[in-house]
Amino acid sequence: MSKVMESQPAALHDLSSDPRYIGHSPERPSARRLVQGQGCYVDDIRLPRMAHVVYWRSPVAHCRITRINAEFARRMPGVLLVADGEDLAKICKPWVATLGHLANMKSAPQYPLARGRAHWQGEPVVAVVAESRVQAEDALQYLQVEWEPLPAVADMETALDPETPLIHPELGDNLCFQRNLDTGGVDAAFAAADHVLKTTFEFGRHTGVTLEPRCQIADWASAEQRLTVYHSQQAPHMMQDLYARQFGIAESQVRVICKDVGGSFGIKVHAYPDDFATVALSMMLGRPVKFVADRLESFTSDIHARHHRVHARIAVKQDGEILAFDMDDLTGIGPFSMFPRTSAIEGNQVVNLVGGPYKHQQYRAQLKVVFQNKTPTCQYRGVGHPIACAVTEALVDQAARAIGMDPLEIRRRNVIPDDAYPCSGISGVKFESLSHQACLARLENLMDYHALRAEQEALRKKGIYRGIGIAALIELTNPSAAFYGVGGARIASQDGATARLDPNGGVTVMVSVGEQGQGTEAIYTQIAADAVGVDMAQVRVVTGDTEVTPYGGGTWASRGAGIGGEAVLLAGEALRANMRKLAAVILQREAQTLDIHRGSVVDSASREPLCSVAEIGRIAYFRSDLLPRDFTPELSVTRHYAQRDYPFIFTNGVQASYVEVDPDTGFVKLLRHWAVEDCGRVINPRLVDEQIRGAIVQGIGGALLEECLYDAQGLMLNANMADYLVPMCAEMPDIEVAHVETPTRSSKLGAKGAGEAGTAGAPAAVMNAINDALAPFAVSVTSQPLTPQKILQALGKV
Amino acid sequence: MADQQTIHLHVNGQAHTGNVAPRTHLIDWIREDLGLKGSHLGCEHGVCGACTVMVDGRIVRGCLTLAVQTDGCEVLTVEGLGALEPARALQQAFVRHNALQCGFCTAGMLMAALELVQNKPYATRAEVREWMSGNYCRCTGYHAIVDAVCEVLAQQMPEPAKGAA
Repeated sequence: MSKVMESQPAALHDLSSDPRYIGHSPERPSARRLVQGQGCYVDDIRLPRMAHVVYWRSPVAHCRITRINAEFARRMPGVLLVADGEDLAKICKPWVATLGHLANMKSAPQYPLARGRAHWQGEPVVAVVAESRVQAEDALQYLQVEWEPLPAVADMETALDPETPLIHPELGDNLCFQRNLDTGGVDAAFAAADHVLKTTFEFGRHTGVTLEPRCQIADWASAEQRLTVYHSQQAPHMMQDLYARQFGIAESQVRVICKDVGGSFGIKVHAYPDDFATVALSMMLGRPVKFVADRLESFTSDIHARHHRVHARIAVKQDGEILAFDMDDLTGIGPFSMFPRTSAIEGNQVVNLVGGPYKHQQYRAQLKVVFQNKTPTCQYRGVGHPIACAVTEALVDQAARAIGMDPLEIRRRNVIPDDAYPCSGISGVKFESLSHQACLARLENLMDYHALRAEQEALRKKGIYRGIGIAALIELTNPSAAFYGVGGARIASQDGATARLDPNGGVTVMVSVGEQGQGTEAIYTQIAADAVGVDMAQVRVVTGDTEVTPYGGGTWASRGAGIGGEAVLLAGEALRANMRKLAAVILQREAQTLDIHRGSVVDSASREPLCSVAEIGRIAYFRSDLLPRDFTPELSVTRHYAQRDYPFIFTNGVQASYVEVDPDTGFVKLLRHWAVEDCGRVINPRLVDEQIRGAIVQGIGGALLEECLYDAQGLMLNANMADYLVPMCAEMPDIEVAHVETPTRSSKLGAKGAGEAGTAGAPAAVMNAINDALAPFAVSVTSQPLTPQKILQALGKV
Repeated sequence: MADQQTIHLHVNGQAHTGNVAPRTHLIDWIREDLGLKGSHLGCEHGVCGACTVMVDGRIVRGCLTLAVQTDGCEVLTVEGLGALEPARALQQAFVRHNALQCGFCTAGMLMAALELVQNKPYATRAEVREWMSGNYCRCTGYHAIVDAVCEVLAQQMPEPAKGAA
């Protein structure tokens, strides 16, 4: 597969005197371990005296728990403890997940295990702990829980109706959050338009389906009063803070360790009720307790996402000028806002992002976020972007069709020009530097757009219906404290790295952002090797342990490369400077005449090697008697970085999808997919391409296949891996990726995020392609997932 | 509680005797009793393929196979792949193409790919995609996995056929 790196050399300068790794694709250091089956995921860990917990979860959407009889379960072999919500509430405080900067947002107190009422199918109610998992599961069969059904709020459309029961009567209604945005001239803009296109969009609830389920081992050491949690998690310091606060212990009493994480995608960045329950059980028993969700409970207890209904319209002039967007978004989030990031962020993002890359001057948005008796929703890869992008890009395509303009052309005319940055988007979002014009031009060549249009036209005459869909996108990455910190959530926006020269010349780098498969540790190794001036093989990166690494935010909002990477770069450069000072003392020369080059101290002018890095390490650590009394080498340096120039550093890109729709069956065949992406400086092209490809396929999953289907009583109908469809190999297209590199000036490294943009743009591109294929029939589909059934219904065939 | 049964089998070439409850799944026995943690449990109902291992040269779901069914069999897990040439080539190709991200599906993917390479040396890219569809990967989007498998197929293709492809 051909890949083209198109860079803008004027803006991209070398970061070191001998750049060997940044911008290249060396092998990922952890890949060999993983292909040989030598990973270490939570379920692979076995601690002495470790017990196992399974949870009895609510079988219905809403019920009153009237009696829990654990007598028979307790008698089963190996059972150590059966505990309910009342037991755990004695040692773990409840939480209410709101953010101060989301005005008037509300939610209700939530406990590790339900007390009195269960609010969704899958909410944990009773814990059964036994010596083995088998024994715990056997005992669960003998647990007797009596419950009375309560009326369930299943349909988000009627959640706010006066006759709908209240999930939390003390809140007064089922409204979690609402937001209105209006630039003032929307009605005038629509009145001035030559065409107004109006559509209702639906986005099905879906979920992350990490192949490794959520899991943890909580180990309370009573003698030391210390909690260690092995966790499959994206934000270890956030969890450390939450465990400390909810259990009323000091942060220093809590250690969170994240080893290999088997996929995360946002699913593992939240604090779940059973996380706290498992910790509480370990405290009650004074033993390590392991919890590993099974797949069936994953489907109803992992967060869901993306359940939105959007009424939206666009105003456009006959010459293609987009005048305004107007949209009304309703989203159902389950019975509680999820802790601690809240469930209002996704809708809030939709408001911020609709109309994304375009230069229209009028915008109106209304958002309502409502409670319902379904699994809680929260941030999942892309967070609001897939919805905002699909709404925006589908309307742009409809506008193009109405005025008879090519979809690529209407985008070219309306994107904010590349030389207009920095500027604000109409919703108030701040853009530093985007490259939509360059990306559109690159895409046109990459996909050979005009040849493809000719092919499409020729095939249509033969009764073969192919479509081309384009989606321009913006994506927020590298967040400042504006995301969570200003709202009162103790989620770090800064990250840190400690770089240490080891006596043998190796470099150990401890970083507060961890690895869940993206290649984070690989890029940190590359950055550190270039920054210090040593071989990659000499660099060891350590992440995922709150007791070892600097404090930081972890993995979310596409921040690992841009924020964690910058901290590594700064730490590596500082270590190199200190190594030069040390070498200057040892060699009795001026530090500025020396450099570190490929593991050696060299003359900075002639590059002549003077001694090895290992030699200065040896002297620093073992022969301090040889160094002057007033000189102490500092060979461990820590640097932190927080992005403070903008609320977020936006990235941009454009995707295209080529599909064939069978009008007789409604089946969609994905033929090809292209992405042109600008994530600033590309640290490792292969890893970036693979992030984009994986994210695109996850986006395609939501667009075509994935949906948590519910009945009218709020029961999930397809809560298993066979019935919930995720993309499989044969259905997915080859994906070609190209880059434009516009580095951010907010950091030295210049990297922006790359992990989520694929998911942001793919549903829009695929939906537009399908509707382009359906254009000869003058029908369209806008309810995702776009199933064969919906396509046939649109065609009037079923 | 059912009685334990004794089984004798080879795992990665090594002889083992196990005392297992009849209901114990092969994957649980391999992971918990033998301590071979390289094969993973993703769904426990036979869909995701993360637990795929080879029994007597054919891939099976470790979560749908009972340990007692493998009495007298040769079982191959990811820990044993390094001893097999085509499997080593696959491992190297997976690394080269970054055909894994989180690594949780990888053991199963390698098993499925090994059976393909052993049985369908002339498979096309489309056939590779079809064959690998028994295993879910949530990270890669599959493209790199298909690239890796196709590369090994190309490497192993008998010389005269190479030109024809």
